[in-house]
This record gives sequence, C-alpha cells and structure tokens, in this order.
Amino acid sequence: MLDLYSPGKSILHRMTPGPKMLLMMASATALFINESLPLTAAALIATLLLYRVAGLPLKTALAQVRPLLWIFVLFFAIQWYFSGLELAAYVVLRLAALILLASLVTLTTRASDMIDTMTRALTLLKPLGVNPDKVSLAISLALRFIPVLGRISAEVREAQKVRGLERSVIAVAMPMAIRAIKIADDVSDAIDSRGYRS
Amino acid sequence: MDSTMTRGLATKDIVYIALFAALTAALGLMPPIHFAGAALPPISAQSLGVMLAGAVLGAKRGGLALLLFIGLVAVGLPLLSGGRGGMGVLLGTSGGFLLAWPLCAFIIGYFVQKDATANTLKLGLYVAFGGIVVMYAAGIPWMAFVGKLGMSKVLTIMVAYIPGDLVKVVLATIVARGLRRAYPNL
Repeated sequence: MLDLYSPGKSILHRMTPGPKMLLMMASATALFINESLPLTAAALIATLLLYRVAGLPLKTALAQVRPLLWIFVLFFAIQWYFSGLELAAYVVLRLAALILLASLVTLTTRASDMIDTMTRALTLLKPLGVNPDKVSLAISLALRFIPVLGRISAEVREAQKVRGLERSVIAVAMPMAIRAIKIADDVSDAIDSRGYRS
Repeated sequence: MDSTMTRGLATKDIVYIALFAALTAALGLMPPIHFAGAALPPISAQSLGVMLAGAVLGAKRGGLALLLFIGLVAVGLPLLSGGRGGMGVLLGTSGGFLLAWPLCAFIIGYFVQKDATANTLKLGLYVAFGGIVVMYAAGIPWMAFVGKLGMSKVLTIMVAYIPGDLVKVVLATIVARGLRRAYPNL
C-alpha cells in the first residue's frame, strides 16, 4: 500500500501504534500548556533528535514543514508586528515541534498497522452499534475505488474532448458522478449476491 | 431516505460511503486551480467531495464517508491534495478545517434530508452553510489557537479563500441536483 511510512528498525519503528499515538498526543498537549520559549526550543531540538533516533535524515524533517513555510512566515510576521519577537519565535517553534512530532508517528508506522490498531480499537465501540467488519469493508472498498475513479475521469475527459467539451467542468463532472454511482451499485449487488451479510 | 431510520448500514450504504471517501481522495489528485492569477490562493477541489457527500448521501452516510476519509489520512495515507497526509497535517494549522469535514458533510446532509423538495437556490444555501460557514467556524478558531492569533486576524487571512469556496458550492449544487434527478432513491 502506498503510504508515507519510511522503513527502519529503530525503537520508534518497533513501538506498537497505540502507545506511540498516546505518547505523541500527550507530548503535543504538554507543548501547548507550556508557555516558555526556551522549553519550546528544547522540545523542538528533542523532536529533531528523535528523528535521528528513528534513523531519518534532517532532510525528511524539513520536508514535513516545508508545505507550511508560507504560513510560518505569515504567522511570524503578524506576531512580531503585534506582539513582539519573543512571542513570534515561540509560536513558530511550537508549531514546528507539533507538526514534526505528529509526522514522526506517521513516518515510523505502517498504514496497515495503524488500520489494524484502529479496527481493534473500534471493537470497544461495538455496544454503540459500530461493526468493525463493516469498517474494514469500507476501508478496502475506498482504497480500491480511488484508482477506479481516476480511470473513469480519464475516460470521460477523453469522450468529452471528442465533443469539444473537455474544458467544461460540468460536462466532465456530471457523467463521471453518474458512472461512479453506477459502478458502486454494481459492486454492492456483487457483494450481496456472494452472500455477504451486513 | 429511510437509511437514517435503520440502525445498521446495508451493503449499498457501505459501498456509497467508500465511494465518496474515495471521491474526496481522487479530487485531491486534481491540480489546484488558479482562477484569479496571483491575487487569490489556488483552490483545491477536495472540499467539493465534502459538499457532494453531504448533498448526495445525506447526513449519516455523508458524515461517515468523510470520517472514513479523515481516518485514512490519519493512518498515514497521502490522500490530501499535494500528496500530503498523516498526523502532522491533521494537527497542523489547517487541522481544524480538515477535522471538521465529517461534521460539514453531516450538516449539509441533515438540511438536504429535512427539506427534500428544496429548489436549487435553497440546496446551494445548505451546501454553502455546511461547506463554508461550518468549516470556517471550526477551522478559524483552531488556526487562531495553534498560531496564538486573534480570530479577526485569521479571518482576514481566510477571506482570500472564500471566492474559491463559492465556486465549489455552485459546482457541488449542480452536480448533486443532477445526481438526485438521475438516481431518485440514492
């Protein structure tokens, strides 16, 4: 499965997903309760050290925050202008630490392991009417539908190009949506005819 | 629309939930549209999936479709536009917007089900309420919190996105209306 996992053998990779998530959530909460700039800077350095522990290069850590660079700059500028340099530094460092920490969980955990943990956790919600088997079915169907939708979109686009309509969003979106529903109906009939009891 | 009455979900409901989760992911593969040059930020088509799920599937199934989508992003699949995903994005600056998606779809679906004979304008208003008002009501306080900024400052930043969102509301309304005509008992 295509995921954001980065393979490795470190202690962070070997930790089970449940405790890892809880630990990350607890650290993130602590990060937001804390108001001191030196402690926040220390937390950011500690997080970067954890990337080392996980055997991930600094480049990977940078890649996690790069998409947010413009918002970091914007936040820093607004805070600096209205509240001073110290708060500006605090806010941006805290945000960087939070995102790096959360991304570290994703980088060191396989999506399939995470899904297993999630489905197991859902068994606890059975009394509330949650059926983990249905959730598993929905997950596998969704992952299968993504490439199917890509194919439908390409086909519809091509067909509308012949009519000179490829630039009209509605002329592409409408037949695509109708065909997608048609496929979903067929899949649903196929599942039922094979005796799946929902 | 008796699916909200029945407690369990039929196979067909599960398949539709999966389809709209996948649709939201597939919309993220489309390149962002620049429709006003550099004056406005590019719009990603992805929240169109939120609006469609609510308007087409109704409250329960629409909300669950987006919950499934956010769950798949949370476990580390790169399904958000630009190939992003994982816990970092969900807890980051735009986390509030993303985590609100299931609720947005649910609220759109709730109004659409309650007023099943709504005309196109009303349908558009429901989509705009859930897809813009509710989404911003969750996303802006979150962004203000993680950035320690005043709400009004964040609101000023987000105003630039509203025109793009309005375009998506119009699109979602037209497609949802067409789909409901083609399949009256979805």
